[in-house]
Amino acid sequence: MSLDYVKFTPGFGKFMPKEYRDMVEHGPFGKKTAVSQVGTFKEIMEEHPMCAGCAMTLFIRLAFIAFPNPEDTITVGTAGCGRLAISQAAVPFVYGNYGDQNGVASGLSRGLRLRFGDKPKDVVVMAGDGGMADIGFAQTLHSWFRKEKFTTIMLDNEVYGNTGGQESGMTNKGQVLKMAPLGKKFEKMDMLGMAKVAGCAYVATVVPNNPRRVESVIKKAILIAREVGPTYIQAYTSCNIEYAIPTDQVMQDAKDVENDRYKFQEYITDEAKEHLATLYGYKEYLPKPAAAVTKG
Amino acid sequence: MSEGLETEVKTNPQGDPITSAPEAPKAESGKGRKDPHGDAKRQVEVSPEFMFNEAPREREFITGSECAKEAVRRSNVDMSVAYPITPQSETLQLIGVLYGEGYVKEFYRGEEEYGVMSAIAGASRAGVRAFTATAGPGTLRGLEPIVSWAGHRLPAVCMFTCRVVNAPLAIQPDNIEIAYLLNSGMLVFHAENQQDLFDFIMKGFIISEKNDVTLPVGVCCDGFFVTHARGYCSMPDKKYKLPARDPYRGSVPVLDAENPPARLSRDAPVQKSNFMAYNIHAVWQQEVWAGVERSRKYIEQYMDGLLEAQDVEGADVLLIASGSAAAQSREAVRQCKERGIKAGLIKIRSLRPFPTNELRKLCGKAKLIVIPEFNYTGWLAKDVATAIYGFSNAKIVAGPHVYGGMSMPVEMITDEVECGLTGKKSNTVPPSAIMGVADPAAVAEFMKSI
Repeated sequence: MSLDYVKFTPGFGKFMPKEYRDMVEHGPFGKKTAVSQVGTFKEIMEEHPMCAGCAMTLFIRLAFIAFPNPEDTITVGTAGCGRLAISQAAVPFVYGNYGDQNGVASGLSRGLRLRFGDKPKDVVVMAGDGGMADIGFAQTLHSWFRKEKFTTIMLDNEVYGNTGGQESGMTNKGQVLKMAPLGKKFEKMDMLGMAKVAGCAYVATVVPNNPRRVESVIKKAILIAREVGPTYIQAYTSCNIEYAIPTDQVMQDAKDVENDRYKFQEYITDEAKEHLATLYGYKEYLPKPAAAVTKG
Repeated sequence: MSEGLETEVKTNPQGDPITSAPEAPKAESGKGRKDPHGDAKRQVEVSPEFMFNEAPREREFITGSECAKEAVRRSNVDMSVAYPITPQSETLQLIGVLYGEGYVKEFYRGEEEYGVMSAIAGASRAGVRAFTATAGPGTLRGLEPIVSWAGHRLPAVCMFTCRVVNAPLAIQPDNIEIAYLLNSGMLVFHAENQQDLFDFIMKGFIISEKNDVTLPVGVCCDGFFVTHARGYCSMPDKKYKLPARDPYRGSVPVLDAENPPARLSRDAPVQKSNFMAYNIHAVWQQEVWAGVERSRKYIEQYMDGLLEAQDVEGADVLLIASGSAAAQSREAVRQCKERGIKAGLIKIRSLRPFPTNELRKLCGKAKLIVIPEFNYTGWLAKDVATAIYGFSNAKIVAGPHVYGGMSMPVEMITDEVECGLTGKKSNTVPPSAIMGVADPAAVAEFMKSI
């Protein structure tokens, strides 16, 4: 049982740092935790080196809370701001090469399936828009076409934040950024459309100012990816530095962007609905009562 | 099906999962369909020592690609990811056949080499035994992930069927790509022939997974000369396989959420510019290369040493070569002897770790060392010269070289021996590529002609 590794070696507990003791004694491992309970348990990711007011950090924190099985989850990422926070979490994280995350996750999830069979070992890719839509584009798309069973989450801040504010494929047309001195000349890439075309079983957009929704889409995406197929979540996680959003207006910006170009979208295949309903008790996806009436 | 009835199954070079799976029994036999994975399931695990030294062997006349297939069949490989590139394609499509037969448990055709090498990294992290192969431009395309395997301490075996990489592009044999692998931190073996390829792949898995090594192994061979040509390969029965990978034996934990993860590049400080970052990276690199050093004893144990020395005692002339150049040099040594020249051969099996001490001992008395290579720049000559500097007074000829697909006539090598001994001007090796002899006039002459 993997929970063993987050416990103390007998007799050593009292010598461990408080952070660690809190994680063992009050962490989410082996329990069901929810966003609504924040403050009553030790979170997987709390301290981090991110900028003040970073919406991406809030999103990552919520994402970790939403993991249905954090003790059996492995995250995979690539260069970008996100990994500075993800790497501080109390779940294993793979930081490999530039844009390799969906390739690594393909090998990792298949390898874990060989070793552990049906025992869930959730693989979750979390990487930025540049890492996913630009440098890692081929591997992202191909992992979807191959129907790899893991979740891909894009931390979309619409810019290369970590390298200092260059245009990415997910930047909006006309936006002036470094490497786009005259404004970006083509539209924001439609990764959501491509995810559907490539065969993702579940696709959703989300913004971090709605924690319950973040929790809901991430739980669904991970549960579906276990048996049905690839899932994709595209999260707007603004860069308040490069887009000069005042710290106290980051949440307002998220709301504005949600209303403008990041309206909540959720796409779920029938197979995925059935899977959630039968295996995980999602009532909203149970067959409609009308069907029962015709039967009776 | 009892073993007694099992006739000699010849490998099927052009096989596919359907045709090479055992035939279904005839309808009148009244029995159900034969399990296509039956033979794979009946394989028994044996110790590496039994597999390599004791198991009875039978000799077959097969191609290098088929040797790779037969090695993987007996290596208990869990996962392979394939992408075609000449001259490697046949190898991984044959691994696909093994997948169809159940010898390899997981297999897919990847998107391109960067994706393939990344997936191999993922599989190795998951704790399973992984194999892939590539060639030339594929090697360079996959190089970014490949050079990170060692740092992440990922055991795996990758076969490189060397070919041209630079423009004008060609598919022909040329082993310049090995130069790029030598500093990657992986162990690099160079197979001379089909038998070497078979042996090095199997032994590569065992050495790669040793606790004090925990590093990837690259098994190189010269494309076409070895992959597509047939040669004799003696192999243990295919009913045997090596022990499975023990994921918890590695020196760095696998990422399966069953044990605490390694704090490697997940640590943010490594990405920052401060002394701790430099220190973490530095000690990690030291440890990678210390692992390379520690693999020596296993190469000696399983592969009969990092090099093979033939007729070195009392030799005036030593030919030092690896891969196909070693095969040509072996014949050159024979021809030299016919002419009364005391010549010997040193075939280098392991390029990383490099047999520095062995060469220092063996080269001390030689008057002339000739290093033929199948590439333009001569990476082996540089390594040899560096290794024996101060330990040998021999004149070192960095050549002859062929590249771009040319084969190397044995005469090219014997001519170089003759020129080296007599001082006659070489037709193929410029004076600037001859070390250990100070002749400014010759060098000036060479510079004039270019």
